[in-house]
Amino acid sequence: MKKDKFVLTGKAHLFGDDINTDEIIAAKHLHMTDAVELAKYCFIDKKKDFHKNLIKGDIIVAKKNFGCGSSREHAPMAIKGCGISCVIAKSFARIFFRNSINMGLPILECPEADKIKEHDKLEVDLTKGIITNLTKNETYKTEPFPKFIESVMDAGGLMATLKK
Amino acid sequence: MGYTITEKILLNHTNKKSIAPGEFIDAKIDLCLGNDITAPVAINEFEKAKVKKVFSRDKIALVPDHFTPAKDQQSAANCKKLKEFADKHQITNYFELGQVGIEHALLPEKGLVLPGDLVIGADSHTCTYGALGAFSTGVGSTDLAFAFATGRVWFKVPETIKFIYKGKLNKWVSGKDLILYTIGQIGVDGAIYKAMEFTGPVIEQLSMDGRFTMCNMAIEAGGKNGIITADEITKEYVKERMKENGIKRDIEFYKSDKDAVYSEVLEYDFSDMQPQVACPHLPSNVKAVNKLNKIKLDQVVIGSCTNGRISDLREAAGILKGKKVQKGMRLIVIPATQKIYLEAIKEGLVDIFVRSGGVFTMPTCGPCLGGHCGILDKGEVALATTNRNFVGRMGHVESQVYLSNPAVAAASAITGHITHPGEIK
Repeated sequence: MKKDKFVLTGKAHLFGDDINTDEIIAAKHLHMTDAVELAKYCFIDKKKDFHKNLIKGDIIVAKKNFGCGSSREHAPMAIKGCGISCVIAKSFARIFFRNSINMGLPILECPEADKIKEHDKLEVDLTKGIITNLTKNETYKTEPFPKFIESVMDAGGLMATLKK
Repeated sequence: MGYTITEKILLNHTNKKSIAPGEFIDAKIDLCLGNDITAPVAINEFEKAKVKKVFSRDKIALVPDHFTPAKDQQSAANCKKLKEFADKHQITNYFELGQVGIEHALLPEKGLVLPGDLVIGADSHTCTYGALGAFSTGVGSTDLAFAFATGRVWFKVPETIKFIYKGKLNKWVSGKDLILYTIGQIGVDGAIYKAMEFTGPVIEQLSMDGRFTMCNMAIEAGGKNGIITADEITKEYVKERMKENGIKRDIEFYKSDKDAVYSEVLEYDFSDMQPQVACPHLPSNVKAVNKLNKIKLDQVVIGSCTNGRISDLREAAGILKGKKVQKGMRLIVIPATQKIYLEAIKEGLVDIFVRSGGVFTMPTCGPCLGGHCGILDKGEVALATTNRNFVGRMGHVESQVYLSNPAVAAASAITGHITHPGEIK
């Protein structure tokens, strides 16, 4: 993988178990197809002004089954539109997982995700699959991407692989 | 070592000689589908990639069913996008208002999904078609754009959980109760990344409509697909739909090998089971209806890709016949397709719904996802035959949704609180 593109740094924003795509972006906003517009309504009922209260590059950290429910790609689009660089969770719902990969949003499964606290500063090395908690001086292992997924991420998303 | 039905269908859609769970594969699809919410994003991606032609004009279905008839100007723009794309690429299976119905009821009804097919749809409830013995699963808009261009999709081969259902079903217990109970047992991530294979004597007796309901909600347990091996009931259903729609295609029937490998085998006996209700705010928060203490309701919705088929409407009408909906209660009945709409008129069901004090609408996903046609305000409580009861799913973030089968929904519309259908005399 291309190196520097795959080391990310940002502040952690915590979420719990079974966060569904309706919570990420409710159906009433699905008439929009633009990531920046969608971002304004991302988690609006859960964390008001979520998109305003983060710095570009920040990281979502959640517990199990993040992104369950609908197949709406508007959910990872809204998250990416907020400026989030990466989503870490103990586990992901599968459609959310593939949507994120397909659009080139890094997404990592980490069994130790619950050791991370709100606003901890994280450094994520996507190539090695290692998360460093700079606030706590701890490191956590994640599963590195399988070869196929790495090739999609490397290209910048699924549609970009068409050009190869 | 044998294969499961899911593994066999996937293998047969690749160039590979063997397949194993966990492996990444590139598979050929028989049909891909998008709706008025997900297809516009896919069309944007397809056009951004400057692809000139779709892989097949016959193997793409565009079904504007979510916010239709267009609920506002922005929804109208999204529908127009589908129509223009369909025109430009001469898509055979584009369904304009008047032909359109809820996608997962419509496509099997049109004979567009057959046993052994591999189907993807940019809608999470695409897993419904597993009821026909097909492999079908929900994907995202980028997957759909990629499929428009190539006719292909990537998968990680799932492990399979085998479910065996035994016993004799009580009156009022249906496919919805089987699946709600199952989700209650294993949780909303109980089958995450996995195939759910539904088997056993109860399934062998279950109608096609009941099987569609079960496979429809596999996603609510995190499943990649739900699947039921095609049998005589399936064959009869498919034969009729092919004849009606002039479809001529060879069908390949698959079943799991005796020595197929499962990650888990779960067995449930339904002999003494009562209808099940999923309480707010997760489809896994399931209780037997008789364990709920007179929960007061403002609205009942009967419809959706889960329970908007003709047998669902018949069951509801059977209970509502000659009865009145409780004062202050809103009953909304939504047939899933135009064909079901006409059948409901012909059989006198619409007469029953309207005389009872309910409304009968056009086919639409409507309130199920909080779109239109029955949105809840703050503090309101609904019982719906739909598939999800997440926070704010049907409207206000402080509203509540309970999920049940159509019989419980109809009985509850009469009393105004969640009620066992056996109590309606």
